Amino acid sequence: MSSPINLQHVNVKLLVKDPESVDLEPLIPVFHSWIRDHVFDELLLDVADYRHVHEGPGVVLIGHQANYSVDNTDNRLGVRYNRKAPLDGTNQDRLTQATRAALTAFQRLEAESGLKGKLRFGGREVEVFINDRLLAPNLAATLEAVKPELQAFLKKLFRDSEYSLSHGADPRGLFAVAVKTSREFALADLLANLAS
Amino acid sequence: MKVSNTQWKEKLSGKMPENLARELDIYETEIALRKQGKIDERLFAETRLRRGTYGQRYDNGQRYDGTKFQEITYPSGDLTKGPNTMWDAPGMQRIKIPGGGLNADQLETMAELAEEYSDNIAHVTTRQDFQLHYIHIDDTPSLMRRLAAAGITTREACGNSVRNVTACPYAGTCQDEVFDVTPYSHALAKFLLGHPDCQNFGRKFKPAFSGCAQHACGLTNMHDVGFIASTRNENGAQKRGFQMFVGGGLGTVPYMAKLFDSFVPVEEILPLTQAIARVFARLGEKKNRNRARIKFLVHDLGIEKFKELVLEERKTLAPDLRWTDFVKDAEQFVEAPLRQAGEWPSAASEGFQRWLKTNTRAQKQPGYVVVTVALPLGDITANQLRALADIVRRFTKETIRTTIEQNFVIRWVSQNDLPEVYKALEAVGLGDPGAGAIVDIVTCPGTDTCKLGISSSRGLAGELHKRLAEKSYQLDESVQHLHIKISGCFNSCGQHHVADLGFYGVSRKVGGFAVPHFQVVLGGEWEHNAGSYGLPVAAIPSKNIPQVVTRLTERYVADRTHGETFKDFVKRVGKVELKKALEDLAKPPADPSDRSFFSDWGDPREYTLGDMGVGECAGEVVSSIEFDLAAAEREVFEAQLALESGQIEKAGKTAYQSMVHAAKALVKINHQNISDDPGEIVAEFRTRFYDTQKFWDPYAGGKFANYLFDAHQKASQPHTGDSSRYLIDEAQLFIDAAHSCYNKMGTAVGV
Repeated sequence: MSSPINLQHVNVKLLVKDPESVDLEPLIPVFHSWIRDHVFDELLLDVADYRHVHEGPGVVLIGHQANYSVDNTDNRLGVRYNRKAPLDGTNQDRLTQATRAALTAFQRLEAESGLKGKLRFGGREVEVFINDRLLAPNLAATLEAVKPELQAFLKKLFRDSEYSLSHGADPRGLFAVAVKTSREFALADLLANLAS
Repeated sequence: MKVSNTQWKEKLSGKMPENLARELDIYETEIALRKQGKIDERLFAETRLRRGTYGQRYDNGQRYDGTKFQEITYPSGDLTKGPNTMWDAPGMQRIKIPGGGLNADQLETMAELAEEYSDNIAHVTTRQDFQLHYIHIDDTPSLMRRLAAAGITTREACGNSVRNVTACPYAGTCQDEVFDVTPYSHALAKFLLGHPDCQNFGRKFKPAFSGCAQHACGLTNMHDVGFIASTRNENGAQKRGFQMFVGGGLGTVPYMAKLFDSFVPVEEILPLTQAIARVFARLGEKKNRNRARIKFLVHDLGIEKFKELVLEERKTLAPDLRWTDFVKDAEQFVEAPLRQAGEWPSAASEGFQRWLKTNTRAQKQPGYVVVTVALPLGDITANQLRALADIVRRFTKETIRTTIEQNFVIRWVSQNDLPEVYKALEAVGLGDPGAGAIVDIVTCPGTDTCKLGISSSRGLAGELHKRLAEKSYQLDESVQHLHIKISGCFNSCGQHHVADLGFYGVSRKVGGFAVPHFQVVLGGEWEHNAGSYGLPVAAIPSKNIPQVVTRLTERYVADRTHGETFKDFVKRVGKVELKKALEDLAKPPADPSDRSFFSDWGDPREYTLGDMGVGECAGEVVSSIEFDLAAAEREVFEAQLALESGQIEKAGKTAYQSMVHAAKALVKINHQNISDDPGEIVAEFRTRFYDTQKFWDPYAGGKFANYLFDAHQKASQPHTGDSSRYLIDEAQLFIDAAHSCYNKMGTAVGV
């Protein structure tokens, strides 16, 4: 499987269940503790609080290789992994890496006692972005070019479950696809699917 | 970092102005050479700074996690982009927007850059710039090329250079302006950019333009050079010119600009500024950056002597066509609307009415208004920037500007379109009312990202905004229009000196631990282009500042006389009384187990410089030091009162004494028997704290100690109103620094 498009700087956002019940403030000490405790192999640096911004990036854990956030862009609250540093390997490797990182972060957030179990994975909706317009302009042609890669990846992620795939129409935005599955998945199941 | 960095140069070839493209090629080469160790780190630092590429907090490779400092091991190892500044550490990119003017394409470019290189947020500054945070230096050439292709340069956005030329964002539409200053500010910005006479300053140089004297919009009094539009009758015709001011500036100690000339014809503003630049470059301080702004030169020489030197310099300049070739076009410059003039909306919802009241301003052109888009903490997302681009395309000829209150204004909106504009803004969360009101708080980045931040100005601003917005409709009308401005440290980027309620970050020690505080600054005036500067009244723990705002505003509502401004209210009631009203809030928490005071707004980490153990013996010494520092603070406050009552000599002397007493407090730590002789105290302080660099601020170096040395040296000289005013500010900063020094000494004090 090879795409003419180099899928670097992959972002994966996993949408949360009952977003209206989520309070972002407790995330701030949680993210600070992640920095302090070096919870990931990646270098974590700082916490940026953008709760005051309408449909913004929410609370962001700034890292060197990647940022993690609970992001409310487009009024769709989700745990987002934003890969900044380039990665070797194939497009499948990079899609897998970003998705695994998002799933792992979400799993950790679900387990954080400070969040009181309110931040939970919705189980059905995932968004994938390519945060580089030169590599992947948000055009129908890009979608056509990467579709085989995406389909192969989503087949692995969701096994043979059905899903719908929609593509943001504004050519000024980042290349983005929203995936909605026909059934709910647990984070652990998706991680297991990626591992197999 | 971005994979596409290698491709932008080719992609944008032919789309950038040739000179900019060449400059950016050179910059990229300099980055490569620095990576190979072929450029000295100091030289490289100045190179990137002159392109607006700053360092950011934690770029020295360590971070306090609330209990201890941790090393940050960046992948590029020891490679630095400046002294003690790690290569891979995220940085800030400042982007100059002359006069704040943008078009829709530029808004969209800003959105792209915020998404791809930053954290999806663009930040509008108090000088009409943009800032993007968490930028990797390897991405900056691509970022700058994309800006260049959109007609924007970051050149001289930082460094010892001419910074963004700011201008009243209402210029051309304001009912009170003398004339539209826009083309003149643009001409000066263009003329000074990269000018050879502006490359050898000891410090930065900030110009500003205003169309009138009475409003705040240009803040010309606090700029290195300021222009206020003016006309005079010449042979029966109205001749355009400017009142020209020089030597203003905030910084640690604010200076009010001096009138250089009451009327400079428009043909002379460029050459005269060039002459000022040359005098500044030649005579301005170079070695001691803390005395290097032009305000010190003007103060030291006196305005008359300074003017004489400038006028002499002016005579030596070789004529330059650029001085006047813009003048004819400038006089004919006019922006045009896209839509027909309209009528004020008749029926409206409650929310729309509130927004109309605070966020629109009638233009001098009938049927049009300027709409203010209030940005919380100056922040805007990429999606919002694109939505704004759509709105300004749909309703105007892309006439949008940033403001010094960290907002946008959309100019030339037909009154007919107001319901639709409001609807479009509201749809993307940009329709909040309260622009320019008490909820519209101005703040610098503070400890969020700035290396100099002491307290969390954005955290405090966010908290105050939340609380005030909740009750803003119930607030008394007189309170609605107050200005709150917050700086994270004494450097004044949040312009706290010119607010009704100003705050700047300091630290104090409570029970052996550092506690984030803010100095409360009262008496400033925003109007009249920053008409007067406030002075600190009391240092209050950060967590008590919301109560300070409530208490002072409630007192104002209850006690103000008819039509009395907050500044006049402060003057009438007096700082003694207001300080007394805040006394209980300055105290440490009654319950020592309440740890909330020991962390800052929006940051749960304990605010401390390290583990502190205080022995019993040291406890007594500590109490004594704190007592002495508090006494010094009382003295500097008394100096303020003396100044306000016209006792200039007493004010100056008391301010000097307060510094000596603060110095003595520190000296006593290890030299209990120090005498009361100022000469001995200053000498001991120099030996024990200055020469050892114990008193040095990490970024300001020995600046605050020099305040004491200068004051001591001039102790026998008579004071003027200005010199007393400066000395009071310097004394307060010296005492704040004494507190910081004492905090930093931590366990060492307990020896």
